[in-house]
Amino acid sequence: MAEAAVAVPAAAAGRRFRLPKIDPYAAIGLTIYVVFFLVALFADRIATHDPLEILFDDDGNLLSNVAPGAAHVLGTTNLGRDIFSQLVMGTRNALIVGVSAAIVVASLGTLVGLVAGFFGKWVDTLLMRVADVALGIPFLPFVIVLAAFMGAQTSNVVIAVALLLWPNTARVIRSQVLTVRERAFIEAARVTGSSTWRILFVHVMPNILPLTFLYGSIAVGWAILTEASVSFLGFGPSDSISWGYMLQDAYGSQAMSRGTYFWFVPPGICIILVVVAGFFISRGYEEILFPKLKD
Amino acid sequence: MPRIVTRLLHMLLVLWAVATILFLMFRLMPGDPTLAYIDTTFSAEQRQQLLVMFGLDRPLHEQYFIYLWNLLQGELGTSFHYKRPVLDLVLSVLPNTVVLTFVSLLLAYIFGVLVGAWLAWRRGSWLEGVVIPSVLALRAAPEFWLGMVLLATLGFGLGIFPSGGANSPGATFSSEWARIFSLDYAQHLVLPTLTLFLYLQGLPLLLMRSNMLEVMQEDFIMMARMKGLSERSIMLRHAARNAMLPVVTAFALGFGGSIGGNVVVESVFSWPGLGRLLVNAVAGNDYPLAQGAFLLITMFLVVMNFVADLLYSALDPRVSHG
Repeated sequence: MAEAAVAVPAAAAGRRFRLPKIDPYAAIGLTIYVVFFLVALFADRIATHDPLEILFDDDGNLLSNVAPGAAHVLGTTNLGRDIFSQLVMGTRNALIVGVSAAIVVASLGTLVGLVAGFFGKWVDTLLMRVADVALGIPFLPFVIVLAAFMGAQTSNVVIAVALLLWPNTARVIRSQVLTVRERAFIEAARVTGSSTWRILFVHVMPNILPLTFLYGSIAVGWAILTEASVSFLGFGPSDSISWGYMLQDAYGSQAMSRGTYFWFVPPGICIILVVVAGFFISRGYEEILFPKLKD
Repeated sequence: MPRIVTRLLHMLLVLWAVATILFLMFRLMPGDPTLAYIDTTFSAEQRQQLLVMFGLDRPLHEQYFIYLWNLLQGELGTSFHYKRPVLDLVLSVLPNTVVLTFVSLLLAYIFGVLVGAWLAWRRGSWLEGVVIPSVLALRAAPEFWLGMVLLATLGFGLGIFPSGGANSPGATFSSEWARIFSLDYAQHLVLPTLTLFLYLQGLPLLLMRSNMLEVMQEDFIMMARMKGLSERSIMLRHAARNAMLPVVTAFALGFGGSIGGNVVVESVFSWPGLGRLLVNAVAGNDYPLAQGAFLLITMFLVVMNFVADLLYSALDPRVSHG
C-alpha cells in the first residue's frame, strides 16, 4: 500500500518534467543539443590539430587558406590554422557560455518572480520596477560596455547577459505564481501550519519549474548569440577560441573578398543550429504547458 | 488621460534610473574617475575648464547632480578622439541609423504581415513545414554573419553593391537631405538593409500568423461567413485587420530595440551610425562619446516602449484604460 502511495506522485512528477516525445520539433532540438554536448565533451579527441597552432607543410611553407580536404576537413585560415579544430573547440566555449548564462537567468528570474508574485505589495512593486529598468537598457550596447570595462572574460559576458535577461523570466513566473497562490492546496498548506518559505519552495515552486526550464532553454541561444556578437566586435576573451572569435578573425582577414566560404560559413551554421534547437525545445515545452494553443 | 500621465512618469523613472546606472558605471570603473571626461592629452587649461564644468573637483554626490543637470541641458562633454562636443557627433550620425533601421523594419513588417497572414490562411499545408523552420533559422542567425555572407556573395562575389560605408569616398552633397536621397546612398544602404530585413522579418511573420489563427476563431468571422462574404474579403478585411493590431505595437518596440541592436550590422558594413560610433568609442576609450551614444540609444528604446504601450491601448479597445 505504501508503495502505491509513493508511486503516484512520482509518476505525476515524471509527467510534469517529461520532454515531449511526439513533437518532432522538440525531438530535433534535443538531438542537436545532445550532438553538440558530446562534441563539447570530447572536443580534445575530435579536434585534429591544436586550434591556435600555425601549420606549415613539409617544405616549411605556411598552410594558408588551404581548401577543405583529407588533411584539413574544413581547410585552414589565412594564418594556417585548422578551421575544423577551431570549430570543435569553439563548441565547448559556446556551451559553457550558453548553459551557465541560462542557469543564472533561469534561477534569478525564478527567484524574483516567486518572491514578487507570492509576497505582492511593495516587494512586488519594487522588483517589477527594477525589472522595467533592466528592460529599458539596450541589450547589446550594455554587454559591450560592461565587457570593455570589466575586462574581456567569458564570465563577464555571462554576468552582463544575466543582468538584462532575467526580467522576462521573472515577469512570466510572477504571473503564474499569482494564480497558483490562490489555489486550494496552498490554502490547505497554510491551514496545516506550513511556514511561508516552505509553502513558497515546496508547494508553489514545483508548479512553475516547467516555465523555468522553458525560459532557460531560450536563454541558452541568446547567450551564445550575444557572446558571438561581443567577440565579433572585438570585446571577447582573446585567450579562448569561440565561434564569434572565428568570425571576427575571418572578417578581419578579408575572408569575404577572398571568397573563402569554408572559413566563415561553418561557425554561423553552428550558431544557428544551437539557437534553433533552443527554439524547437521551447516550442515542444509550450505544447505541454499550454495545450490549449494546440488546436 | 491619467494612464498616459502614469506611463509618462514611469518612462521618466526608467530614464533616470538608466542615467544613474551609467553614471555609476563610468565613475566606478577601474582607474581615475576623471578619465570619464578628461583625456590625458588635453592641455592643463582645457583640463581645468572641464573639471569645473562637470564638477569633477567636488564630492561624488555633487558630481551626480551636476551630471543630471548637464544631461537635462544636453551637455554630454567633449569627445577625446574627435575633440568635438559629443552631442554634435551623436546627432550627426543619427540620421544614418534612423534611416537604416526604419527602412529595414518597414520592409520586414510589410513582408511579415503579408506572408504571416497567408501562412495562417494555408494552415496545415506543406508550406508551413518549409517556411516556419527557415524563418526560425534566420532569426537564430547572428546578424553579423548574415551580413558577412551577403557581403561575400552580393558585395564581393557579384560586385553589384559597395562593401561598406554610407557614401562613396569623395562624394559631396549640397545638404544632408540631398545626401540621404542620393542614388549613391541608396546603393550603400542595400546590403545592410537586406541583412537587417532577413533578421527582423521573423517576428512580425510568426506574430501575424498566430494572431490570424486566433482571430479566425472569433465570432465576427463566423458572422462574416454567415453573411456570405467571400473568403478573400473575410481574410483581408475582417481577420487581417484585427490580427495586425499587436503587430503595430511590435513595430514600435522593434524600432526602439533595433537602434541599439544595429551595433553589429553597422560594424560589418562600416555604416556610420550610432552603434558603430559606440563600438569605436568603447574600443578607443573615448568615454564621453561612449556614454553619450549609449544614452541616446537608451532614450530611443525607452521612448519607443512608451509609444508601444500607448499604441496598444489606443488600438485595441478591449484593453482597459484604467
